[in-house]
Amino acid sequence: MLIDIRALSKKYLLGTVRVLALNEISLSIERNEYVAIMGPSGSGKSTLMNIIGCLDVPTSGSYTLNGQAVASLSDDELATIRNKEIGFVFQTFNLLPRADALHNVELPLIYKGVPKAERRIIARETLEKVGLGDRMDHKPNELSGGQRQRVAIARALVNNPSIILADEPTGNLDSTTGEEIMKLFADLNAAGNTIIVVTHEEEIARKSKRIIRLRDGRIVSDETVEHEAAV
Amino acid sequence: MIRDSFALLGEYTGMAWQSIIAHKMRSILTTLGILIGVTTIITIWTTIQGLNTYIGSVLSDIGNSVVYVEKYPWVIKGDFWKYRNRKNIGWREYEAIRRHSRLARAVTPQVVASRVAAYDDKKLEQVAVLGTTESFTETGSVTPESGRFFTGADIRNKARLTVLGAQLAEELFKKSNPLGKRIRIGDMKYKVIGVLERQGDFFGQSRDNFAIVPIGTFRNVYGQQRGLQIAVLAATSAELEDLKEELRGILRQTRKVPAADEDDFAINQMDQLTGFYEDATATLYAIIFIIAAISLLVGGIGITNIMMVSVTERTREIGLRKAVGAKKNNILSQFLMEAIALSSIGGVAGILIGLLAGSLILSLLKVTGGVDFSAIFVGFGFSAFVGVVSGFYPAYKAATMNPIDSLRYE
Ligand SMILES: Nc1ncnc2c1ncn2[C@@H]1O[C@H](COP(=O)(O)OP(=O)(O)OP(=O)(O)O)[C@@H](O)[C@H]1O
Ligand SMILES: [Mg+2]
Repeated sequence: MLIDIRALSKKYLLGTVRVLALNEISLSIERNEYVAIMGPSGSGKSTLMNIIGCLDVPTSGSYTLNGQAVASLSDDELATIRNKEIGFVFQTFNLLPRADALHNVELPLIYKGVPKAERRIIARETLEKVGLGDRMDHKPNELSGGQRQRVAIARALVNNPSIILADEPTGNLDSTTGEEIMKLFADLNAAGNTIIVVTHEEEIARKSKRIIRLRDGRIVSDETVEHEAAV
Repeated sequence: MIRDSFALLGEYTGMAWQSIIAHKMRSILTTLGILIGVTTIITIWTTIQGLNTYIGSVLSDIGNSVVYVEKYPWVIKGDFWKYRNRKNIGWREYEAIRRHSRLARAVTPQVVASRVAAYDDKKLEQVAVLGTTESFTETGSVTPESGRFFTGADIRNKARLTVLGAQLAEELFKKSNPLGKRIRIGDMKYKVIGVLERQGDFFGQSRDNFAIVPIGTFRNVYGQQRGLQIAVLAATSAELEDLKEELRGILRQTRKVPAADEDDFAINQMDQLTGFYEDATATLYAIIFIIAAISLLVGGIGITNIMMVSVTERTREIGLRKAVGAKKNNILSQFLMEAIALSSIGGVAGILIGLLAGSLILSLLKVTGGVDFSAIFVGFGFSAFVGVVSGFYPAYKAATMNPIDSLRYE
């Protein structure tokens, strides 16, 4: 089992008001799954993603990633797990504005300690994989929204992580570009990658293989998507 | 962790430059304080080091085991009139030392005047005329380059002979041979019997522009009443202190100084001058220290300030770097390096300007000898230190930011 979550809760204290962002969630995800997480705004989707991505830690409950209990890890150990196991794709791309596409993709490799020459080669290959072989030396402001998100996906892929986490990756894109990005995720999943996508567009969620719906910090449904045979 | 940082040193440097280049004007203004501080330090440092080397090389030429019995001390502290009222040092003292000192290897009386020197149609004003004896070769450590120095007989006979300093010989005789020629010093004629080896300049003043005559001749011409300076060479430099004690005893007896009174003469020595010089440089070093402290404060505060701005501006970048695997140490090093780079710009510029200014001052002082490049290390060390100290708090703040909050930062 890749992800094993048991009775996991996350509480926030806003002044005197206690917010229960996640309420005793249990969930497991296998390798090579393609999961969509849906739910209304404030239902806890991002909170769950951040915990799965080891950016945040739960208030209670357990989270086991790849057989390793995450709760007890130090900040630096979490950083190492994020580096090796997780690839993030954000709604706002989060690229370094002054670095070109190639350098943006290299970033996780730098912190992994990969030597420069090797880094270049891997980053190049990964950019080619997402269809940006001809845009390596472009800065983010010289790229379209869809291209920027492809750079971000290449960056998420470059360390060969166990999971790719995408929090509303198409939220800032028009619907055509959004579909292209979802097609890319489907291809990556077909190639063996585990993918978890947060979205609140039903149509986009339908592209995944499993939809988990949240409401008020609880899982309200967890269903497999029936795909018609490809035309 | 440490090894990690070294492996990524190149990366951090690259990141630092990128960030600095992206804010050129802001960076230059920030580093100005460091620039001024380092420039001042390097200028003073270069000057002092240059002077040290120069003075050291000149002083080592001058005998360190020679003491000079005189009326005045070389470095006067307190009441000048007290010294003025003393009796001159005279021939009696010279004779007493020569007769009674057992630790002296050579005793040389010296007396100086300033006269016109002329040969043919060449005439030089204000030439130093030194009356002395044959032992001046030992106490003054001079050697004839050509011809010879005086013999004991020359001195006893009060002969009309002279030995010239290299500079004076050159100016009076150009290329022709001075030996055997007669020159006029004041109103008298003297035959040149030797020319001394060149001693070089001291702060642009020639140390070879003089004529030496036998002291008896000098005293006949210029009078017996002038005060003497008596140079005494110790047999070994280890016995210098004993020699001074012995001289004090002899002089107090000869000059009949009452037991309760202090000496009415001075026994001077080169290290009085070096001591005086060291006191002066100590003051300069104190000035360096104060300037360093002030510019550390001003420049450092500027860097801390701008680094805080830089960290805040790049909160999302920090969040992202953490999301893709940067550890605390990675972020800390990145921003520390940026602060160091920032202050090093001022440091490097300050080193260059300071070296130029220092060399300029030395050449104005006519001090020869190369510039001491240890200043470069001082400048680098200083600016890197300021960078680390002033960059630490912002860098630490960046390193300990919460990744989610920084990713969400607007
Ligand atoms: N740092 C925080 N401090 C306090 N409360 C928080 C914090 N982060 C999230 N919350 C609260 O937790 C709940 C879940 O937030 P979360 O961001 O997970 O929702 P979401 O499902 O991602 O919503 P959206 O679709 O709008 O992105 C919300 O009520 C939110 O206000
Ligand atoms: Mg969200």
